Amino acid sequence: MSEAVKVAIIGSGPAGLSAASRAGQLGLSHILLEKTDHLSDTIFKYQKGKRVLATPERLDLRSDCRFAEGARESILGNWDEDAANNKVNVAHYTDVTEVTGQKGAFVIKTAKGDIFHAENIVLAIGTQGNPNRLRCEGYDLPHIIYQVDDPEDFKDRHITVVGSGDAGIENALGVAEEALENRVTILNRSKDFARAKAKNVSDMMEAGENGFMSIRTETQPKKVEPGWLTLETPNGDEKIACDVIVARLGSVAPRGFVESMGIEFTGPDREAFPKLSPTFESTVPGIFVIGALAGYPLIKHCMNQGYDVVEFINGNAGLTPADEKDLAAIFEDLPQQKPVSEWLEYLRTRVSIFADVSPLQMREFMLDSKVAFYREGDVVFEKGDPGSSLFAIADGFAEVEVGPGIVVPIEQGSIFGEVGLISGRKRGATIRAGADGIFVEVSRTAALKLMASVPGAKRAINRISLERQLLQIFKGGLTVEDLGPVVDTAEVERVPAGKVVLTEGEQGDDVYVIRSGSMIVEKDIGGKPIFLRYLPAGSFFGEMGVLSGHPRNATVKAAVGAELIKLTGESFRKMLAARPQVREATEAAVAERAAMNSFIESRKASYSSAVDLYSDTASFIMKEGLGEATDALLIDENLCVGCDNCEKACADSHEGLSRLDREAGKTFAHLHVPTSCRHCEHPHCMADCPPNVIHRGPDGEVFMEPGCIGCGNCMRNCPYGVIRMEAAPPEKPSLLRWLLTGFGPGPGEPSPKWTKKKLGDEKPKKIAVKCDMCKGISGGPACVRACPTGAAIRVSPEEFLSIARLDEDTD
Amino acid sequence: MATLFRRRRSKATQTERVRERRHEGFLRYAGFRWAKISGGLCLLIILSYALVDVTPRHNGGSWYGYTLGTIGALLILWLTALGYRKRKMTSDHWSLKAWTSAHVYLGLSLIVIGTWHTGFQLGWNVHTLAWALMMLVILSGLYGIIVYATLPQALSNNREQMTQMQMLEAIRAFDRQLHSAAQPLTPEDTAPVLAALDEDPFAGGIVARLRGRYPNCATAAALRALSLPRSSDAAAREKVVGLLKQKEAALARLRKHLRIRGLLEIWLYAHVPLTFALIAALSAHIISVFFYW
Repeated sequence: MSEAVKVAIIGSGPAGLSAASRAGQLGLSHILLEKTDHLSDTIFKYQKGKRVLATPERLDLRSDCRFAEGARESILGNWDEDAANNKVNVAHYTDVTEVTGQKGAFVIKTAKGDIFHAENIVLAIGTQGNPNRLRCEGYDLPHIIYQVDDPEDFKDRHITVVGSGDAGIENALGVAEEALENRVTILNRSKDFARAKAKNVSDMMEAGENGFMSIRTETQPKKVEPGWLTLETPNGDEKIACDVIVARLGSVAPRGFVESMGIEFTGPDREAFPKLSPTFESTVPGIFVIGALAGYPLIKHCMNQGYDVVEFINGNAGLTPADEKDLAAIFEDLPQQKPVSEWLEYLRTRVSIFADVSPLQMREFMLDSKVAFYREGDVVFEKGDPGSSLFAIADGFAEVEVGPGIVVPIEQGSIFGEVGLISGRKRGATIRAGADGIFVEVSRTAALKLMASVPGAKRAINRISLERQLLQIFKGGLTVEDLGPVVDTAEVERVPAGKVVLTEGEQGDDVYVIRSGSMIVEKDIGGKPIFLRYLPAGSFFGEMGVLSGHPRNATVKAAVGAELIKLTGESFRKMLAARPQVREATEAAVAERAAMNSFIESRKASYSSAVDLYSDTASFIMKEGLGEATDALLIDENLCVGCDNCEKACADSHEGLSRLDREAGKTFAHLHVPTSCRHCEHPHCMADCPPNVIHRGPDGEVFMEPGCIGCGNCMRNCPYGVIRMEAAPPEKPSLLRWLLTGFGPGPGEPSPKWTKKKLGDEKPKKIAVKCDMCKGISGGPACVRACPTGAAIRVSPEEFLSIARLDEDTD
Repeated sequence: MATLFRRRRSKATQTERVRERRHEGFLRYAGFRWAKISGGLCLLIILSYALVDVTPRHNGGSWYGYTLGTIGALLILWLTALGYRKRKMTSDHWSLKAWTSAHVYLGLSLIVIGTWHTGFQLGWNVHTLAWALMMLVILSGLYGIIVYATLPQALSNNREQMTQMQMLEAIRAFDRQLHSAAQPLTPEDTAPVLAALDEDPFAGGIVARLRGRYPNCATAAALRALSLPRSSDAAAREKVVGLLKQKEAALARLRKHLRIRGLLEIWLYAHVPLTFALIAALSAHIISVFFYW
């Protein structure tokens, strides 16, 4: 039984430590509860010598603890010192299992049975969860690690990997790389590897057959000793040499624990965060949530919040957050002058999608957004511009040019630009300011976060985007009122890649609009499916059935995972009946498609091999995932002499690292898809970037701005393996010097040997390296420019698979 | 000629790049633009040579000869610059394919420019040496055009989506399997297998690489040795023979790959040094002309 403290802080990571330090400085009674014997376990578990980056640079640090970019050791050392200097009261080995009570009298129980009393609680436990530990003697020895950051840190060692999921297998394959000369053993409690991906299992089996690792099934650790590991095998116990144990046994996510305290989350999905007030207070009064768990994965954010939250608990209501000056800078250029909080309130009350947003969330969105004043007639963006941000009208109104001479207004409080946001495609129409007004531009990531955390905003955006998409597709002549019944009966369907949506010959009159992803249209000609057309996001299909009442005349299936809007035939027909000019336009589109179909059919009769090749090439391209590409490198192997000048040019146009691997990748009919970025419509790499540095640029390129923290999420998320984690090599001697003297590495990526020699002991931080489509280089992509034979081109799938191709092939 | 350049770089800005939707080889570049230019140039020279009356006869020293000589010399220097252009990744708009196309066709036109420049006066002197070197450079270049046009397809067919590293890796994988599979064999049978394991896939020298024939291949030798009835356990031997056959196939693929790559590159080892010899001889030719003519 102990005295009740003013605040108990659970978790001693950057957020918790910073909070405890502030409490120490303010002289508040506090206790910092940490489940291990050291502070900041997540960073403690980083590899020795790992560089920790301090992003975002523009954010000021406000904490009683020091933090700047540096090696893991120096950061942890600083924090230990700071904790002592700030008189932080730490309770180690305190694994909190239960929290009960209410504000002013919380009771905290730990795994050991200790009980703490606190008036307030700050939850700073991060999102990592607790990795499951080995259940055998010696489970707490220090050579058991729970993650492998860089396999190259292990050389010539005996390594045992415990756990047969993907994480375990990937780690084992990493350290089993031949050049590292490790002796790797992977243990699996059961007979087969059912939990892992087939590809990983087959890679592992191959490595096993080739003698790179030993795979032990029905085997588990029994006793861990320094240098040795005793195994329990079907044939009795066995002792093997073991310097490092990598335990990948999964982890328990913290959400259940948080919810057990009664804290509500914003939604049921994995990305949801606890609901928080502007002072980080959760739905349970007296419990505050900060750091990664609150949705802020970066160390600096965490530390600032630790400071702020304790100030708030201490009754400092006047504290402005550390981002105040950044927010002030965002509002600086507007004609009126108001304090930041008033601006935020102004936007929140005037823009419908911000209605349900909390002030805390508002601050965050605004940091990733821009606010600008537009004069009447100013162009906000032009049709065909790339862009994925969302605009909201806080004041004035906007005008959309839906067709030549047809202008539709968008009223104050509404949004525009949402098509780019959802489909990642170029802007579909030009937008001008209809009167002097203030527009907010919300970046794609901020908008997606908004949709994930505020259900009301998601509904509003979805409905508006659906209406707009339909208005755009059916060009002018329609109003939002006409669409009302269509939108009301519309359903959004998600279809996985390869799924057939319409089958040739079947009856049906539903019309589909492709919201994201893409579709391919095939027709059975002479018993073989022939590729007719590639439909990018924003197109519609199924309309022939409605107009003619005939069965479907072609099969439509998803090229990649896609989102479709299904409109019922009846509502669509009613809409067409009400608006004859729309019916005419739709009929014209149908006639054009029908003409194209019959063109291909006629070609098939006379030039069947050319049509087959076209069709097979299209299937190959779709199979290689190019259905979601916006711009991909394609190599014609009838022309490629294998000089690798494309790779060299790529390396020399960037920091000395090539972003493409010409030789790797699949080939069909001499058409080669090398390992190189396709600038996907919905970039997988963008999905989980903690510092949010991956963006889509003005030419549609997906690029990384400086600020990568080297976490490797993008590399793991890319299904095409086009992102490398690499440190930029040192500067090479000039080309002329190499040409004249032969000294140093020539064009292209320098050899690792040269780089190593040049760098000596320095080990620069590895960051993600990806194609930026030679952004900012006026000549365009270097790989294409530098191809001596014309084998390399960069195209979008719809350009490459245009009907013109077939025409040229058959003529 | 204006029409030939109509589509040129006007749109080469970042927002509206010159984009190609289809693959178009360097020979066909821009509808054979450089073939037309170069062919026209040759025709012009041949016609004007016949029409222009130089007394006493056509030779390198006449005003006409000087004109052709200057064009030829400058052209040679510009053609040489391709080696630099190829490696210098400046950021402005250029296409190496266009350069290659121009290099190929203008290079061929040197046959006419250079030969007509001589006025067909050849002899045993430094001037003719320069001409002969030029013809050798063009000849090696012609070989280059032929292999560039014909071999890439074979290279692609042979590698079947494998990279060179994967081919080597496949051979190493068979080696490892052979190593363990050969354990039960008798010492007499192990010897040829060990010899096969020690074989360096890159060994054999330049001739073997270009011809694609490796008569002393240890893997083939081991296969021959083990195919004969031997003392070792039949099952074990059969397994080793099977692995040796697989390794032989993997080696054959790699060797064919290296052979085609070798053929695609070897000519540059003649083309480039000859070019430098040509420039040296050309300099000697020009200096001697101005000093001693």
